[in-house]
Amino acid sequence: MPGPIQSIERAAAVLRLLAHGSGRLGLGDIAAALDLAKPTTHGILRTLLGVGFVEQDAATGKYQLGAAVRRLGAAESNGSASEGPAWLRKLPPPGPPGALHMDANELRSWAINWADSLASRTGAAVRVGTAVDGEVLIVHHVFRPDNSEQALQVGERLPPHATALGKVLLAAEPDLAATVRHSHLPALTHRTVVGRAALTRALTEVRRNGWAGEVEEFRQGEAGIAAPIRARGGLVVGAIGIAGPVDRLCDAQLRHRPALVAQVRDTAHAISRDLAAGRG
Amino acid sequence: MTQRYVLAIDQGTTSTRCILFDQQAQLAGVAQREHQQFYPRPGWVEADAMEIWRNVERVVPQALRNAGVGVDQIVALGIANQRETTVVWDRRTGIPTGHAIVWQDVRTEDLVHELEKRPGAQRIRPLCGLPLATYFAAPRLRWMLDTTPGLRERAERGEVLFGTMETWLIWNLTGGADGGEHVTDVTNASRTLLMNLASLSWDTELLEFFGIPAAMLPRIQASTAPHGITSRVAPGIRIAAALGDQHAALFGQTCFARGETKCTYGTGGFLMMNTGGELVQSTHGLLTTIGYQIDRDPVYALEGPIAVTGSLVQWIRDSIGLVSSAPEIETLARTVEDNGGCRIVPAFSGLYAPHWRSDARGLVVGLTSYITKGHLARAVLEATAWQTRDVVDAMNADSGLTAATLRVDGGMTSNNLLMQMVADSLGIAVTRPFVPETVSLGAAYAAGLAVGYWPDLQGLRNNWRPAGRWAPRMDPVRREEEYEDWKRAVQLSFGWARGR
Repeated sequence: MPGPIQSIERAAAVLRLLAHGSGRLGLGDIAAALDLAKPTTHGILRTLLGVGFVEQDAATGKYQLGAAVRRLGAAESNGSASEGPAWLRKLPPPGPPGALHMDANELRSWAINWADSLASRTGAAVRVGTAVDGEVLIVHHVFRPDNSEQALQVGERLPPHATALGKVLLAAEPDLAATVRHSHLPALTHRTVVGRAALTRALTEVRRNGWAGEVEEFRQGEAGIAAPIRARGGLVVGAIGIAGPVDRLCDAQLRHRPALVAQVRDTAHAISRDLAAGRG
Repeated sequence: MTQRYVLAIDQGTTSTRCILFDQQAQLAGVAQREHQQFYPRPGWVEADAMEIWRNVERVVPQALRNAGVGVDQIVALGIANQRETTVVWDRRTGIPTGHAIVWQDVRTEDLVHELEKRPGAQRIRPLCGLPLATYFAAPRLRWMLDTTPGLRERAERGEVLFGTMETWLIWNLTGGADGGEHVTDVTNASRTLLMNLASLSWDTELLEFFGIPAAMLPRIQASTAPHGITSRVAPGIRIAAALGDQHAALFGQTCFARGETKCTYGTGGFLMMNTGGELVQSTHGLLTTIGYQIDRDPVYALEGPIAVTGSLVQWIRDSIGLVSSAPEIETLARTVEDNGGCRIVPAFSGLYAPHWRSDARGLVVGLTSYITKGHLARAVLEATAWQTRDVVDAMNADSGLTAATLRVDGGMTSNNLLMQMVADSLGIAVTRPFVPETVSLGAAYAAGLAVGYWPDLQGLRNNWRPAGRWAPRMDPVRREEEYEDWKRAVQLSFGWARGR
């Protein structure tokens, strides 16, 4: 059997993205959310436009799901076309790797061995998070490998704007402006980013760099580094990161240590690679 | 100085793996190959020992290549293997006389019933620590001798050799027909029904009972011993350790002190408790075995296998279709607060430890119209937790020791809710170590220890760190109520399969 066709996986990811949230996205938003080059994304959108699965607003140039997709959904679900693209959101929740929201326990089982090895190599605690109701839900936690007394944080929720995991997940939201506009931004320390313009800048940088960092924005003396876990087609299904004392994770200028950043990103890539290949 | 490594071979039921470990017990390279399973008749399970050997020939160089490591950087080789799987081969040609009979095979059921009636059958358990059952190697070997024309005569003349998988691999690695070492380790030998647990040698009374010619048996050595030097595949490596896979997991979990207990959760569950120098004859339905032997005195262990743990989740996924993937069972179970009064006893082919009831069959009890699939999912996971409790209670009762924590490994440890349930059912903490490959790690530890790569047991202990820990949260009164409830459900499963 030949392997999956990458361009179709990417087209499916674009459709899922458009079905999620407000539903109107610019080329740049879509490319950034899926970590694809703009020309590639443009080619996919032109093709989807051609078959009627995507429509483009003449005034703003933004894209949304096309009438053809809605009709397809209506025919299959016996629902009315006016329900719009809701059928797409009603895909079986756990779904195959590639669904916008992956089952949290499924995500843990894909990440567990890589997370162990990241903790061993960095000497830091590792956590995997997903976005739930505008918060970061910890779905997996590996202790700092030093034999000290620690408690599992699985099931706890973190504020997205103040954590590296959260910033990765926020940056993966296609409509960055709307996401930031709707975010509640309480100050947790004097370093927490609470300005909407500053947060937008920070998230744009996360998109460009492919990772997020945080220094004492959540808790005094602590820092974090995180990177996105992507399913087939590039959809972000979670984030993996390390957390620990500032002096361990950062240099004297409070810059995150490049070697640790590379290890976090390599781990996120490795998990994403496994997810795309469908092997656990 | 050049970095040095220990090589481990994990010869398992369906695949063979080779893993390189460095001094911090980190994985440096890995390679794996699956081999075919043969099911010629209902209840029969076979493997081709030649295919397994050819896989070893492939995975060892592959693992070295993946790690970018030369043979000269390997200080020692340790082997861990599926236990009780039996093979006989020609000592001049190195060719097996037939397929290996795998540990899950139950073809010897009739033979075992026949043997049970013979005088001397009640002597088996006191001599070797195990009940007479199809599970172990001796009935398989006897079956081969009985059914293969001329095999018994050739065995008596020493022309054919018997081995479990570590014996077969060591013989081949050290030259095969050209001077290969014919040896086994005490842990593997302790699973044959033929070794005397106190003297650690083949027992003449047992050999006579099963009708096994001594000439075909390997020499029994300690787990860490100079088993030989490889002359093939990757020549020049010292084979410094061999252990059965569950014994290797005990060692890899560094359960070196009396009372320390591990459980490996795979398709079934395998619990083992270190009982130190004391040979504990079980009166609570456990198996007495050798944990490991690294010097003169063996370390004994109590073992309690559970037949169905992860395979219940597989069954719920594949045959019932309640979930589409194994991890999803946790998501479904978390949709409800408790089991709603519903329990599942997964006695699919009877119950193993500590009940040993082949007449038990699986059941779902407590159904009311209140029960949803979420409650069923909970009952599925709780079944593993309470079966663990059954075995741990038996271990504590037999040994007079108390397990203070349970060290866990295996695929099901990624199920967070299950690990919490195990802690709740036992009332002790459950810890998961960093290295998930505890079987391979145990073989590597034993081999590295033998050649001085690691200084002592304490050095190995220092490498063990918890990656996760679940503390019990259930109210003790509720725990005991729930457990009573579970025990009633287990009682109900007894005797459903009439006769055998």
